[in-house]
Amino acid sequence: MAYLNISHVEKTFVTGAKRAEVLRDIQLDIEKGEFVSIIGHSGCGKSTLLNLIAGLTDVTKGGIKLDGYEVKAPGPDRAVVFQNHSLLPWLTVYDNVKLAVDKVFRGKKSKAERHDWILHNLDLVQMRHAADKRPGEISGGMRQRVGIARALAMEPKVLLLDEPFGALDALTRAHLQDAVMDIHARLGNTMIMITHDVDEAVLLADRIVMMTNGPAATIGDVLDVPLARPRDRIAAATDPAYLKARQAVLRFLYERHRFVEAAE
Amino acid sequence: MSVVTKLTPKTQGLAPVATISALPSRPRKRLVLPGWAKGLAVNTVPPLMVMLVILAIWEIAFSAPGSNLPTPSVVWMESADLILEPFYVYGSQDIGLGWRVLTSLERVAYGFGFASIIGILIGAVIGQSIWMMRGLDPIFQVLRTVPPLAWLPISLAAFMDSRPSAIFVIFITAIWPIIINTAAGVRNIPADYRNVAKVLRLNQIEFFFKIMVPAAAPYIFSGLRIGVGLSWLAIVAAEMLTGGVGIGFFIWDAWNSSRLTDIIVALVYIGLVGLLLDKLVSFIGRVVTRGTSEA
Ligand SMILES: Nc1ncnc2c1ncn2[C@@H]1O[C@H](COP(=O)(O)OP(=O)(O)OP(=O)(O)O)[C@@H](O)[C@H]1O
Ligand SMILES: [Mg+2]
Repeated sequence: MAYLNISHVEKTFVTGAKRAEVLRDIQLDIEKGEFVSIIGHSGCGKSTLLNLIAGLTDVTKGGIKLDGYEVKAPGPDRAVVFQNHSLLPWLTVYDNVKLAVDKVFRGKKSKAERHDWILHNLDLVQMRHAADKRPGEISGGMRQRVGIARALAMEPKVLLLDEPFGALDALTRAHLQDAVMDIHARLGNTMIMITHDVDEAVLLADRIVMMTNGPAATIGDVLDVPLARPRDRIAAATDPAYLKARQAVLRFLYERHRFVEAAE
Repeated sequence: MSVVTKLTPKTQGLAPVATISALPSRPRKRLVLPGWAKGLAVNTVPPLMVMLVILAIWEIAFSAPGSNLPTPSVVWMESADLILEPFYVYGSQDIGLGWRVLTSLERVAYGFGFASIIGILIGAVIGQSIWMMRGLDPIFQVLRTVPPLAWLPISLAAFMDSRPSAIFVIFITAIWPIIINTAAGVRNIPADYRNVAKVLRLNQIEFFFKIMVPAAAPYIFSGLRIGVGLSWLAIVAAEMLTGGVGIGFFIWDAWNSSRLTDIIVALVYIGLVGLLLDKLVSFIGRVVTRGTSEA
């Protein structure tokens, strides 16, 4: 069985008498070390799917298994990088990472080892220099870096990223995409990343999961991106394989599953 | 428009060099204050002026013979010792106002301290549960409006002693805004922080100290600030009825022995201490919530 196995997952939100079927029959296997992007129009249920994997929301039907264990509740083996960084503003950058490290590695690493581990992870995202700053004192891109460091520091089996760069400008985005690719290459994490950005999806992912429009969205197609790693954004821009993948995603999003504003 | 037409020829006519060299040569008549002194002056001079005016009006208004209230000069003549010597001790009941204020403050410290701890805990529990909130909030809103002294008879009946009764009155007066504000703060904790806590599998105690209290701190402190003000109101009133050596009882005692000037001095003390308490809590709040309110 695959490392992460999502089988026949359905999610229906019930609020009072209202039932909203958001996801239907989601079927996805992800191998260890794979980088998967999830793309789809706004409101189709990408975040919902990620929250199901994270265990932050319960599945209505079907099951999710990670490394052989059923996902029932959230845990540090499925670290999440949220769209709006969600660092705790009253803690310094260092302490934000420390909160996670202390919780996950208490009893497993000594105090000095934990300290080194925190700094190591800040180094991975090049944020050691801001260790003593509070989230309010650093830029949005830096906050997102720290959010990634905090997630990485948990040594998760899967790193879940929910539009982590959605709120950033194009240049910062590119920097962070490179940083994520670099980390993925070095650590070989399994990563699932939601994005709205076709180029981001193609550049980063081994496979792109394309979702149909809601309600009752499902996986419309899964696209392999046969680009060699390490990938370089400038070289890739003219690579036929890149262009082909990019076109396939665009065609899926804008021809086959054009976004229609749901009438409610 | 006229200003513009006036200014234009002037600026054109004067060479900039001349302007610069001319300025230092002129002797400065104005007193130049350093920045902090300026700030101090801006903050203290206007209230002092206003106070002088008020004192003057008061002096004039009540200086007619047969007037019911003492004038400021009479207050000074008869009660200067209270103002100048807050910490004298002449006997067990004859002590300076400073000591009396401290006695009252001690009670406030107990009552308000308990109210803070218990209020924050209850508020945290209520804020976590929408049903508790719906059920209890109306009750709190009613109890909140009960005047402090209305609790005193019940409290006396329960404790049979004036000291714990006074403390209980403070407690029960101060706790409502603390509960209500804490609950509101806890309810407003962003879902993201809760998700972070879930992913990290923080337990209840860790969640309380590491997420809930800091996230709700701005709310908690506005509750505490209201609470400390109410406590001070309550203690003065409660002491007037229960006796003892506090500042409240001093006023009652002075009234019974017709020392109006002493009462006026005591009022000033009470006002100033109340202000200090408020400033103290808001200062602590500002320091503690520095990070939270930033982002
Ligand atoms: N807790 C909930 N209760 C009811 N409905 C919900 C809940 N959470 C999400 N939904 C609904 O599920 C649908 C999918 O939401 P979701 O946030 O997963 O979309 P998304 O693909 O992440 O969108 P976006 O790209 O804008 O982030 C939406 O129609 C939303 O209204
Ligand atoms: Mg989303």
